Amino acid sequence: MPAMNMLQALNSAMDVLLDKHPETVIFGEDSGYFGGVFGATQGLQKKYGLDRVFDAPINEAAIAAMAIGMAAKGLKPIAEIQFADYIFPAFDQIVSEMSRLRYRSAGEFVSPVVVRSPWGGGIRGGQTHSMSPEAFFTHVPGVKVVVPSNPYDAKGMLIAASEGDDPVIFFEPKRIYNGPFDGVPDAPLSSWARHPKGEVPEGHYRVELGKAEIVREGEACTVLTYGTLVHVAVNAAEKAGIDAEIIDLKTLAPYDIETIVASVNKTGRVVVAHEAPRTSGFGAELAAQIQEECFYALEAPIFRLTGWDTPYPHAHEWAYFPGQARFIRALQTVTEAR
Amino acid sequence: MSNGQSRFHVPAPPFRPGDAPDFSHLDLQKAGEAKRPDPLTASVKMTDLAFGLIGVLDHNHQAVGEWDPRLSPEVLREGLSHMVLTRIYDARMLKLQRQGKMSFYMKSLGEEAVAVAGAMALNKSDMVFPSYRQQGILFARGRNIVDMMCHCISNSRDNLKGRQLPVHYTWAEGNFFSISGNLGTQFPQAVGYAMGCAYKGEDTIAASWIGDGTTAAPDFHAAMTLASTYRAPVILNVVNNQWAISTYEGIAKGDAATFASKGLGYGLASLRVDGNDFLAIYAATKWAADRARKGGGATFIELFTYRADAHSTSDDPARYRPKNEFEKWPLGDPIERLKNHLIGLGEWDEDRHAKLEEQMTALVVKSYKEAESHGTLHDGPLSPTHTIFEDVYATEDWRLRRQRQDLGV
Repeated sequence: MPAMNMLQALNSAMDVLLDKHPETVIFGEDSGYFGGVFGATQGLQKKYGLDRVFDAPINEAAIAAMAIGMAAKGLKPIAEIQFADYIFPAFDQIVSEMSRLRYRSAGEFVSPVVVRSPWGGGIRGGQTHSMSPEAFFTHVPGVKVVVPSNPYDAKGMLIAASEGDDPVIFFEPKRIYNGPFDGVPDAPLSSWARHPKGEVPEGHYRVELGKAEIVREGEACTVLTYGTLVHVAVNAAEKAGIDAEIIDLKTLAPYDIETIVASVNKTGRVVVAHEAPRTSGFGAELAAQIQEECFYALEAPIFRLTGWDTPYPHAHEWAYFPGQARFIRALQTVTEAR
Repeated sequence: MSNGQSRFHVPAPPFRPGDAPDFSHLDLQKAGEAKRPDPLTASVKMTDLAFGLIGVLDHNHQAVGEWDPRLSPEVLREGLSHMVLTRIYDARMLKLQRQGKMSFYMKSLGEEAVAVAGAMALNKSDMVFPSYRQQGILFARGRNIVDMMCHCISNSRDNLKGRQLPVHYTWAEGNFFSISGNLGTQFPQAVGYAMGCAYKGEDTIAASWIGDGTTAAPDFHAAMTLASTYRAPVILNVVNNQWAISTYEGIAKGDAATFASKGLGYGLASLRVDGNDFLAIYAATKWAADRARKGGGATFIELFTYRADAHSTSDDPARYRPKNEFEKWPLGDPIERLKNHLIGLGEWDEDRHAKLEEQMTALVVKSYKEAESHGTLHDGPLSPTHTIFEDVYATEDWRLRRQRQDLGV
């Protein structure tokens, strides 16, 4: 099985989809000839032609709306928003239209669109290229929200998303496009080639949406996270010598409640972690749901490890990012609480 | 104009309540004067059509000029019949709303030709992305009136399970896209749909309508850019009915000469059409559809008309415009104009017209009785309560299942 980084895995997923489904079309800003600013669609226009993979005007609302219209006609559009920070001009089309078309038309029209977007910080992107706006979308009935943390899932979930019947917001953690990241910015980058999830089948496979994965079993506490922070969490737990159970949520809407509840009932202690600001972040939803379902199993307050309630600062990026040191402190706080 | 100093400028309509409306300042091109180029003519070679006014019916109700679509009397009578039905339907629905039988309603008084002629000039396989005030399209496409009413009173037979405000119809079988309450969102969606038609190599096209006020919204410019960039087989219509609730058309138009002229910068074929002239709308739509089907790309059409009644049942136009403004509207009443044209041809008369009105009134009354037998919003029965959890996703996930169980349905 070949080793791929996440970009190669995503590219491979789109290659498979374009090959297998003639109704698949891919477009976005710079997505065509150039292959995307991160290279996710590289080579696809050359292989499949200008009408399958093409450039879109710099108008995210237009990109989303075009995708909705195409999906209503029976195509399977995969639209790229160049950075997750740029998704807000498309917000109305996604939130008011794409998400609700099936509902408002009682199933007479549907809009199974995949919106891909590079997401999260850690690449010195400043406050307009670093956001993780997932909570805006997990609040919206009718869209699924996905954040894979490795090449294997990225490919399998993108294929599952595109072959599904619902709109999917597919956020790609760009910090780990090329390799996992342990949360220490000065440490040398490892490569996906040596990671078990860097082994990616070349052909078609699906990774089901809505299922979380226990990436590290443990008894001392449960860590609920997704995207880049999955790797930070694993490294923090190893470094601190804490027997944490780490769950990669993978899909945030709908999230996998069964896996979460089983783990929290076992450990009684919880860290919820994300890069996005704390207030009304996705961690707040997790904490509330756990409180409802696992209150009597809890032995410590749920700890929220998050970005700060500020935009993502350029120069102080690593003070914003919940890196390894903050993660270790969070694990210690939760496991030492009596 | 300038005194050498910048000035804060907010445009205002020429008349307010209490003023005597006078539209003599409108320099409207006369019916029959506009040239009709071949549908595949380059947009730059027919820019005059964006500034003039394509009209067919003249002051004597005769069809004149190159744009005369030369329709048979049968087609003209069919158009008249749909427009009369639209007007009677609207009037009855308004009455029912006033009686508390409906939560909300929007009439299309004065704009019946926009929807009916546009729909009749398209193929039924073409997808329409309408705005509200276009129930005429549904009549022209043969939608069951009882079904339309059942939607408006959100009863157990509402095809939308009580989820949409009245008049926000959906009819997939009739290629009538689901109407959104968010203005203008359908405009770029229609372009995407049209691109899908072209992608699949089909002969079908898409058409969409927005109001004059909505041309200020980002989605308008998104649609125009997409339509131009991808040369999509789509017809993008702006219904310039002069009023966006209380805001007059100048607030969205700014210093543009006409709404139609906004299409020229995008490289789109841009037509300004008498929106109260059934024949002109039919001809322009047919021309644009031909252009789209032959690979000539999109057409942008301004339908110059007047919203004769309130914006909706929540609006009172007497508070912002002269009460008799519609009577002074220089382009008249679209139903009267087509009726008089048919009478002039010897293909219609007042008796037949009165009989048609009687028939349509009877149809509407009878249909409403039937609709009401399936329930009303106030007294039920409605669609079953558990349906509020349906159609959010293709399949119900645990969140919705649990919430449905919490509600006990």
